Amino acid sequence: MKAGVVVFPGSNCDHDTYHVLKHVLHMETRFLWHGERTLPDLDLIVLPGGFSYGDYMRTGAIARFSPLMEGIKDFAGRGGYVLGICNGFQILQEAGLLPGAMLHNRGLKFVCRQVCLRVEASGPFTGAYSAGQILRVPIAHNEGNFYAAAGDLEQLERNSQVLFRYCSPSGQIDGRSNPNGSLNNIAGIINERKNVAGMMPHPERASEGCLGSEDGRGVFVSLMQSIQGRFSEA
Amino acid sequence: MLIRVFVTLKPSVLDPQGMTVQKALLTLGYTQAEQVRQGKYFEIQWNGDLRRLAEREKIEAVASQILSNPVIESYRIEWPEGDNA
Repeated sequence: MKAGVVVFPGSNCDHDTYHVLKHVLHMETRFLWHGERTLPDLDLIVLPGGFSYGDYMRTGAIARFSPLMEGIKDFAGRGGYVLGICNGFQILQEAGLLPGAMLHNRGLKFVCRQVCLRVEASGPFTGAYSAGQILRVPIAHNEGNFYAAAGDLEQLERNSQVLFRYCSPSGQIDGRSNPNGSLNNIAGIINERKNVAGMMPHPERASEGCLGSEDGRGVFVSLMQSIQGRFSEA
Repeated sequence: MLIRVFVTLKPSVLDPQGMTVQKALLTLGYTQAEQVRQGKYFEIQWNGDLRRLAEREKIEAVASQILSNPVIESYRIEWPEGDNA
């Protein structure tokens, strides 16, 4: 099982993500430099959080032109699993691999704290969770206010493409538990084909007990199970 | 040739920065400030013949695909003086 973690100039969660994949999940993991033109043989690509290209122009807007992104698009087109976390999510949106865009947080502040998430849909990125499970995972972003045009939003909801929503500790989806103004409290989504997902919260920062929460590890465990499932099908 | 590109959030998109600026203006007594929308401004020095359609299409592509995100933003290009033929 082989995973790659993309390193853009300004990525800063790349080592955390690498650590979880390699040392917690024991996957064969390598870094992928954004300037490479060819991808090695992989089962999973993670675009980590950070401030690629200093967030210049718009978050993720310049990273999407990195040479490696062409390979990532091909990989996704072949059905490969791609996960974007925080800035990685923004890059996937800019690249057109996921719908919508991120606006400035409603409160105009960088928000860095633990939030509660409700698992909304089962699938390759969330199969290890139970439906409606409530997770404690941190967020850390300035532009995480999920926006999509009305038609796109409706489609996301209709196709069960919303993976996570911000919620109260008891699982209520309300304005008070929405840290950034995201439409429908959306914290994470998946594409129609269900192989490319993005989430603003940081599961890699909540994958070991010593960090205060292990609730994020399920995302990576789900992916491992999905990849294993593919192997056994083949 | 100097080309100016203005990028603004679409009217349907909430602009919390613009709203904050507007509130600040009201606080300062500028009660006429009904609405403020914040945007971005780019100056591009372009070495090419902008009388040619193909060249203008390149600028359109830059503005629509790179300088703005069509999901949330719209753009307006200001062509150099005397090049509007």
